[in-house]
Order: sequence, then structure tokens, then C-alpha cells
Amino acid sequence: MNKKISAGRVLIGLFILLFALICLLPMILTFMVSITDEQSILRSGYSFFPAKMSSYAYRLIFKGGSSVIRGYGISIFVTVVGTLLAVFITGAAAYTLANKNVRYRGALGLYFFIPMVFGAGIVPWYLVCTALGLRNNIPALIIPNLLFSTFNMFLVRNFMSGLPDSLRESATLDGANDAVIAFKIYFPLSVPVLATVGLFYGLGYWNDWWNAIMLVDNEMLFPVQYLLLQLKSQISMLKDLQQISGTIVGTPPAESLKMATAIITVGPIVLLYPFLQKYYVKGLVVGSVKG
Amino acid sequence: MTKQQQPAQGKKKRVGFFKDVVQNRFSYLIALPAIVYVFLFSYLCYPYMLLAFQRYDYTNNTIWDIITKGKWCGFDNFKFFFASQNAFRVTFNTIYLNLLFIITGTIMSVLLAIFLNELRSKWFVKTTQAVMLFPNYISWIMVSYILLSLFSTEYGLVNQALRALGFVSVNWYTDAGAWPAILVIMRIWKGAGMNAIIFLASITSIDTTLYEAASIDGATRPQMAFRITLPLIMPTVIILTLLSLGKVMYGDFGMIYALVGDNGMLYSTTDIIDTYVFRALRQVGDISQSTAIGMFQSVIGFFMVFGSNWITRKFYPDGALY
Repeated sequence: MNKKISAGRVLIGLFILLFALICLLPMILTFMVSITDEQSILRSGYSFFPAKMSSYAYRLIFKGGSSVIRGYGISIFVTVVGTLLAVFITGAAAYTLANKNVRYRGALGLYFFIPMVFGAGIVPWYLVCTALGLRNNIPALIIPNLLFSTFNMFLVRNFMSGLPDSLRESATLDGANDAVIAFKIYFPLSVPVLATVGLFYGLGYWNDWWNAIMLVDNEMLFPVQYLLLQLKSQISMLKDLQQISGTIVGTPPAESLKMATAIITVGPIVLLYPFLQKYYVKGLVVGSVKG
Repeated sequence: MTKQQQPAQGKKKRVGFFKDVVQNRFSYLIALPAIVYVFLFSYLCYPYMLLAFQRYDYTNNTIWDIITKGKWCGFDNFKFFFASQNAFRVTFNTIYLNLLFIITGTIMSVLLAIFLNELRSKWFVKTTQAVMLFPNYISWIMVSYILLSLFSTEYGLVNQALRALGFVSVNWYTDAGAWPAILVIMRIWKGAGMNAIIFLASITSIDTTLYEAASIDGATRPQMAFRITLPLIMPTVIILTLLSLGKVMYGDFGMIYALVGDNGMLYSTTDIIDTYVFRALRQVGDISQSTAIGMFQSVIGFFMVFGSNWITRKFYPDGALY
């Protein structure tokens, strides 16, 4: 269409640029604070251009024995195990609902759908989790709330329903049974949508602290996001600092340590960014705008 | 349809459920984890809602005990909640904040989408999009640290700027009046980029010949945006808005608790049903009260979801959730 550079288009470009900068700059500020010397912060506040830099906060975190590193490990474990299980459970149920030979798939779909529109609330959910023994253990971080999402299941189901019926028919004629059709045809063909829901689940697990705040009191099991929440109150952090280093020479780097912990929780998201761009966005668009 | 797909089974009438399970045992088997999961964490929760009509007794551990031995008290738990001034406050805040988020978020994302669509430089659009999406992926706790870096009383950037301009610094974390605005800003900051992509997808699916015809007729770009783009993405906008209106009774616990936490000075404008129930359960330990409030939320929420979906289906049959 119009190839000329017009004044209007430049203004629009500037607006978009401004919004992108507003999205990015606070992240940069957080990063800069995390590498600022504590005295500089106390003197002149948070700044993009610190008077004196210091990697002390990061050295403290990575020194070993810190609760942040333990929490990081727990978060990674919970995310990896949870995501793998969740993708399998979701894909499997989606296959059943997309299998046209299953005559009661409509009823099954309704069974999954009802809780989406009418939930019992968090207290009954909490009591059920407690009754199932999901308190103060790793399964409490993996199983409740995150392991299966009906929304994601319907997303995969819609994708599988879109695969041509002839695939199943010809495979059946060749003597393939249901299991072979699922594992050799439907799941491999659904890899893109499974990658999408995998990222949904993975991000859900990584960013979760709901299960921890509701079901876990043992601080040895806190995932990194929940530690980050607690770090906001200074007291718990100073206790942690003392555990790491015994006595601290000079000012404890309270402010920069907070921000450094916040920054390292973003690490995996940055690593996975290309995949997020490719699969997450596409899935979200498909999920919200049908057709 | 079914006849063609299942030639082997011939003409079929009603097949019993158990016969179907036997015939498709593999399919039913692999769906079992999901079925059990939903049974445990959704259906098994429903009977516990009875606690809303009881005085909770911690010795009643099983559903059977709750039904047979529970101390029934009618609607006392509901009465207690609605008699307190909290009921109105948290319900109002939940709905008011959600409405603010929906209105401002939709306007901002549609604007961003239309603007992104006007730009011709591919790498510029790609780069700015990638940046705009970033806040969507991080947790609300991370966002709370970003908020702190901006609004912290001693060290925050906003107060530094205020001081530099000769104003006195504001203690934002005790100023309840400022928080609806702060929450709206953070909401847009986190979500508008992602929602803009959704609207952009619906813009790019518009038939380009419409624009070509308009440009031959001498239409300007703003005219095309208002006369072609906006009307054609309106169904998507309205459908998504209606669907979020259906969820207006459900506050975003993750957002509010991460940003506000247990800061009682901000409750007057930020405390929502979800944070209130959370505190009643985890800090006060009042099981029956919090069940009752949760039930109030679920029932109203249920009618809201149905109502919004009914309206959606009436006007846009393709857009309805079900």
C-alpha cells in the first residue's frame, strides 16, 4: 500500500516505541539496582546509572547454601516434572475427546466443562488437598491447581479434531489399533499445539506461588517465587544473609539482594524467549479468537 | 456422518456406556488421569460447600462426618459476612477494579493493535512486539519488585523525580487513593502487549481488498482505521469483553496479593473477595465463613458467566464459549 513515510506514521512509530520502552526500562532498572553498590543506593536511591557497581548481591546468592538457590532448584524440579506430566495428561484426554469412535465423548466433554463455569471456591479445594495429604511436600507443589487445565485440554482437542478423519480410517484399515493411532499418528502430528500448552504449563509452574502459600509451611520446600514474595519483608532476608555468611562485613546489601533475586527468577524466561515467541503467542491467539 | 467413519461397526443405535468403554478401552484408559484429576479437585470439592451452612468443627474430617455430624446453622455465616462492612467493600472493589481493568485494557490493546498494523517496518514491529510481550511472562511477584523500584518511598524513581521537581515525596504504600490507578497502570503494563497481539491477529485476517478499494476511492489511513479496521474487529473486541465481564466477580488474587500483600492501609481500595477469603482462611482460620463467602462469589459468578455467554451467543453465535 502506501510506501511513503508520512508524519502520522512517524508519530505512531514513536508511540509504539515509547510503549515498548515503558515495558523494557523498569526491567533494566531492576537489573541495574541489582548490580549497584549498597552504599550508592542508600545515598541516592535506585538509579539507571549507579555511582558504584557491585556484584556482591549475586556472589552472596551463588555462594551456596542460600535459600534462593535451593528454591531455584525446587522450582526447576517442579516445573520440569509438572510440565511433562501435565502435557501427557492433557494430550491423552484431548485424544479421547477428539476420537470420533468414542460415543460418550460429548458427555465426557460436559464432565470436564461443568467445573469451568461453577467452582466450589478455594476453601473446599484447600480441604480436599489437605484430605489427600497434599501438605508440606513436593507433590503439593506439583499436583493441585496446575497439573491439568481444562482450557488447555480443549485447545489440544480442537487441534486434534481438525486432523483429517482419513488418517484414522486408513490406519485402521492397515490394522493399527487405538494405541498405535494415538502414539504414532495423533501425538506426533500435534507436537506444535502440545509445545504451546507445554509452555503454558511451564510458565504456570515457574511463576506459581499459590500452591506454596496455601499448602506449604516448610521453608525448605519453598519455590523461588514464594521466597521472592517473602524477601520483601527485610527480616526473613537478614536471617538468610546471616545463615550464608555468618557475619557480614559492612552494610548488608539488602536492596540489591532483593533485586538480584528478582532478576534471577526471570532467567529461564529469557532462555526460553524464542520458543515463547513462536508457540505461546500463536496458541494464545488461537485460544482466544476461534476460527 | 458416523456411518461413513465407522464402516466396520455397521449401523449403530444406542450403545451402552460400558460397551463403549470396552470397545474403546485404550481411549478411556488414557483419559483416566484427567478424569480422576477433575473428579478429585473439582467434583469432590462440591460437598464441602455444605460447610457454608455449618459452624465448622475440625474433628469432622470426612464428607460423611460433615453431613451427619456437622452443626448446622442455616445462613448465619452469610448473615455475618453481609452484616459486616467488609462485604460491600470487597464486592465493590472486586467489580470496580475488574471493570477498570477491562475498559482501560481493551482500549489500550486495540489502540496498540491498530497502530502496529499501520507500521511498515517489519523488524521494528517484530522487535517492539517482542519487548511488549515480555511483561506478560513474568510473575506478579516480579512485577511487585518492579513496582517497588518505581514507587518505593525512599529509593523509588517516582519520588526521586518528585523531589527533583521540588515536590515532597509521597509515601505510595500508605496512600490507598492512588492504588486503583497504580493497579490499572501495572495491569496495562503487563497485559496490553499480549492482548494487542490477539487483536492484531484479527486485524490481519481482514480482507485486504477492502483497503485497496478504499484507497482507490481516496480514503486516508485514519479513515480506513475508523471505517474499516475498527468495525471489523469490533466482534472480537466485544466477545472478549463480554467473556471478561462474565468473570467480573473473580478478582485476580495473584496480582493483588503480590502487589499489595498484607498491607492493611491499602485495603479500603484494593481488598477484593479473593484476598479477603484468603485471609479469612489462612490467617484467621475461619473455615465456615470463608466457604460461605466463596460460595457467594461462585453463585453470582456462575450467573454472570452464563449471562455474558448468553448475550454473546445471541449477537455473535460463533464467538460464544459454549
